[in-house]
Amino acid sequence: MSSPDSGSDAGREYVDEWSIRRIVRTMIPLLAALSVLQLVSGTVLETYEETLVENPALLVLVPVQIGTAGNLASITCSRLTTQLYLGTYELDPSNPDLRANVGAVFALAGTVFGAVGVAAWGIGVALGGTLGFGRVLLVSLVSGMLLAVLVVVASVAAVEASYRVGLNPDDTTIPVVTNLCDVAGVLILFAVVSVVV
Amino acid sequence: MPGHDTARDVYRQALPVILVSLVAGLFSGTILGSETMRAGISEVPGLLLLLPAFLATRGGVYGSLGARLSTGLHQGLIEPRFRLDRRLTNAIVASFINGMTVSVFIAVITFLWLRLFGNEGNLLELVGIMVVAGFLSAVLMISVLIAVIFVGYRRGLDPDNVIGPVVTTLGDVFGILFLLVGIYVVGAVL
Repeated sequence: MSSPDSGSDAGREYVDEWSIRRIVRTMIPLLAALSVLQLVSGTVLETYEETLVENPALLVLVPVQIGTAGNLASITCSRLTTQLYLGTYELDPSNPDLRANVGAVFALAGTVFGAVGVAAWGIGVALGGTLGFGRVLLVSLVSGMLLAVLVVVASVAAVEASYRVGLNPDDTTIPVVTNLCDVAGVLILFAVVSVVV
Repeated sequence: MPGHDTARDVYRQALPVILVSLVAGLFSGTILGSETMRAGISEVPGLLLLLPAFLATRGGVYGSLGARLSTGLHQGLIEPRFRLDRRLTNAIVASFINGMTVSVFIAVITFLWLRLFGNEGNLLELVGIMVVAGFLSAVLMISVLIAVIFVGYRRGLDPDNVIGPVVTTLGDVFGILFLLVGIYVVGAVL
């Protein structure tokens, strides 16, 4: 595998990091394992099918809640990985870059999961649901903020672990953390639902 | 400066994209709840079971392609324009292979899972749906991702803050839509 600028050792190392075989070999086992994990998520969804059908607001919450958690997770992972490569990443509560990442995740979660609650309630009512506004908002915010905690902890852990094992965090962290948040998102959502609803 | 934004910078750059993805998420929820989709779910055993895995791998495959391109841009390894650069084409081909392989794999394990718990399932049907949906989403995701990353980077937007929402949004909305197309195509062929 050669490239226009493979003259230096550093150049060769990077080309290897960008070879098709390397990317596929790193990712396929991971994606396969995570797909099996997602079947668990699918099974959980099927189990709660009746509750979901009865309360359309909750049905609307499911994909949006999970999707937003995935967004927050991939922003955090992507930023941490870039900071790792640029040499500004350090697992220390006083690290300004780390604090900025964490602060932004919680601010975004508060804003978005509040909006999700309102939207899900509105759509639920339009679809003939009877769940009250306060309950939908509470479910959305509580499960959303719990997910934000999970996003931060899981992202930092995934970046650290993949760096120590010697895998490129760009290939490994996002699939691991977004999948974890998908499955945990369903579990957290239904844990909160069973308490609140 | 890349990697040195304050919490407020990250918040302000990420919020608009996340809100757009929120609207799209509500939209994909509506597609999922539509009558055509519900009919498909009841006609094809295993569809509900493979849905989370199918949607999640869109995020995994194309999210990591985005993160890789973003890191490459920050390191100066690739340039923000589309030409036949070795690293760029490698990353694209690899994500296509990953996307298709995993789609077929999901169909197979869903079939096995159904059989394991004594339910009915049609392997050919599931594989067919996944191949159609996987191929269509690969073509769409790769083209849009590259366009968004390069154009955004040239305009001073840190791709790290944008890729995730773009991938999950398009992955979910078009994933569910292409799943419908897959059901329709396979239903017409088989």
